[in-house]
Amino acid sequence: MKNNEPIISTQHLDIGFPAKGRKRAPTVVVSNINVALQGGQVVCLLGPNGSGKSTLIRTLAGLHNPLDGKVLLNGKNVTHFSVKEIAQKISTVLTDRITIGNISVYELVAFGRSPYTGWFGSLNKKDEEIVEWAIASAGIEQFVDRDVLHLSDGERQKVMIARALAQDTSAVLLDEPTAHLDLPNRVEIIRLLRKLAHVTNKGILLSTHELDLALKAADTLWLISRDGEVITGTPEDLVLDGTFEAVFEKDSFDFDRSTGSFTLHNPKKEPIHLIGDAVPTFWTRRALEREGYKVVEDNGTTLQVKTYSKQDTFEWKVISEENEDYCSSIKDLLGILRKSQRSNQ
Amino acid sequence: MAKETVDITPQHKTGIRPLYFGLLIVGLIVLLLVNLALGSVDIPLGDIVQILIGGEAASEAWNKIIINIRIPRAITAVLAGSALSVGGLLMQTLFRNPLAGPSVLGITAGASLGVAIVMLAGGTITSIFAIQQLSAFGSWLIVIAASFGAAAVLLLILLISIKVRDNVTLLIIGLMIGNLTIALVSIWQYFSRPEQIQDYLIWTFGSLGGVPLDQLWILAVVALVGGGIAMVLSKPLNGLLLGENYARSMGLSVSGSRIWIIVSTSLLAGGITAFCGPIGFVGIAVPHLTRSLMGTNDHRVLIPATLLMGAILLLACDIIAQVPGSTTTLPISAVTSMVGSPVVIWVIIQRKNLQASF
Repeated sequence: MKNNEPIISTQHLDIGFPAKGRKRAPTVVVSNINVALQGGQVVCLLGPNGSGKSTLIRTLAGLHNPLDGKVLLNGKNVTHFSVKEIAQKISTVLTDRITIGNISVYELVAFGRSPYTGWFGSLNKKDEEIVEWAIASAGIEQFVDRDVLHLSDGERQKVMIARALAQDTSAVLLDEPTAHLDLPNRVEIIRLLRKLAHVTNKGILLSTHELDLALKAADTLWLISRDGEVITGTPEDLVLDGTFEAVFEKDSFDFDRSTGSFTLHNPKKEPIHLIGDAVPTFWTRRALEREGYKVVEDNGTTLQVKTYSKQDTFEWKVISEENEDYCSSIKDLLGILRKSQRSNQ
Repeated sequence: MAKETVDITPQHKTGIRPLYFGLLIVGLIVLLLVNLALGSVDIPLGDIVQILIGGEAASEAWNKIIINIRIPRAITAVLAGSALSVGGLLMQTLFRNPLAGPSVLGITAGASLGVAIVMLAGGTITSIFAIQQLSAFGSWLIVIAASFGAAAVLLLILLISIKVRDNVTLLIIGLMIGNLTIALVSIWQYFSRPEQIQDYLIWTFGSLGGVPLDQLWILAVVALVGGGIAMVLSKPLNGLLLGENYARSMGLSVSGSRIWIIVSTSLLAGGITAFCGPIGFVGIAVPHLTRSLMGTNDHRVLIPATLLMGAILLLACDIIAQVPGSTTTLPISAVTSMVGSPVVIWVIIQRKNLQASF
């Protein structure tokens, strides 16, 4: 028994594009989707490019018609609600670019009150309070009267999130909210969304193709697999049971379960046993993997690297069959390894 | 912790600039008076004011000139300027394209075709002026035909816009449809008698002086209804600024709004074109000028400001067209293009790119 009613759920939902012309069949992108978005949760929607992440978000937001099956909003079929009623329950941040200028951040955020205001769109006292709350929650007070055109990508994304907050909905759906952002901005946006989910009890669904970020940020993952089905679960469970790996594995791309990250490089060179203090070992491992070495746990290898650290100075010791070398930078370490490899050949 | 708190003062909340609205209203009144004062006959300003407040001027002829010629002409200029400008604004927002406007998208050409069809269906060798002289019924007929012509072209463009998402492509298609419509009209011209062609050519130059006093109210009704619909559409228009998906996600009925935007633009552009002929460039230039002045894209402010700015611009163009100090009159559509094109160029250069000024 669940005591937490989902805000949005689906039953045997098929998404895709309707048939064009008389002969062609509809293009089903993902079929038989059964998912539920609960309040207070951050859900990350993951899938390879072109797997239907945006289509699913648009379908859930009522911007796209499902091919088959149902989208339920508070347990009722979404088709029973008017556009305005849906807008009072679901807000969205899309990938559509905002190309207009001559509009202030405040005015843009205030557009979020559209589902509640009258025909002329005038804000009353309560509307203004909510707009101000949304601006404060998204942390964009510093540029409320700036022209939307003069915002950086990260700032614009926060403004669009504030606009969604002003819509005062129980679910917020975001399509690729961290795309085109640098790392600090990505982290900031994710933190903001997590905070909102937990403070306001909103159900937040975001699609992304940044896997490590999703693994860290999500309470639940929705994975769209290559054969077009949606698998849901807690991120760690999906990693442990190999589902995560199966969805994203590509020939030259390996998911490392022990670090939760993808390795870019196929190890072609001999295995190295790496030991030492945590911080230098972590970075040395990355350098070695980039070079094509396979870093292993057991010490039955011919090559061994040891790291030592004294405050901010580090030292490395390379042990091979013939000799031992010491060096004081990763650059030198890689130099030593390259030299010994050349002499071996 | 010294955390900086930023107060959101009421000034951020509304884009209404009372000072600028005041300036626009004063400008409108001044230009109206100048417009009335200028003409081939010199009438002192004192007498004009005398007539306006219901008195008698020193000369009976002056009375007639002001009441029968100059006042209808000035009111036509105000209505046409406002209507075409708001029509342009609606098009720019609907297509999210800064170069959209009634004349560019072939809407004016559609209205011309409507007018031409009425003249053809009449069967008789009548000119638009003859129909206008006929009766109020004739005027309504032309207004309806012109509005239908405008709406037909707009609908066609809108249908294509469902398939073609790219705005520049759509604009080029609009231009082509405009050319096609004009081609149809020229075929009609080719098979017409010289005197008809002459009438049509005069009509295409545009004229603010062709609306007699007793039919002015038709133009006024059409412009007010079209403008009124535009005002009511302020909220969905604001939503459309962010694109159709966002507008929908904020609870606005996009398809319904689209239809009403088309109805409004067709009435505004069609009605004015029926009475005054195709007047170009006002529809594109004025919304840009108004955005620059008001510094907002909020249609609740932008629409009334565009109304005022459009009236001012067309009154000014009309003053230029009358060539003060001479008895010559230049065609109004030539003057608006001469004034409008530099304005658009100026906006592009000032803002570096037109999309940004949008």
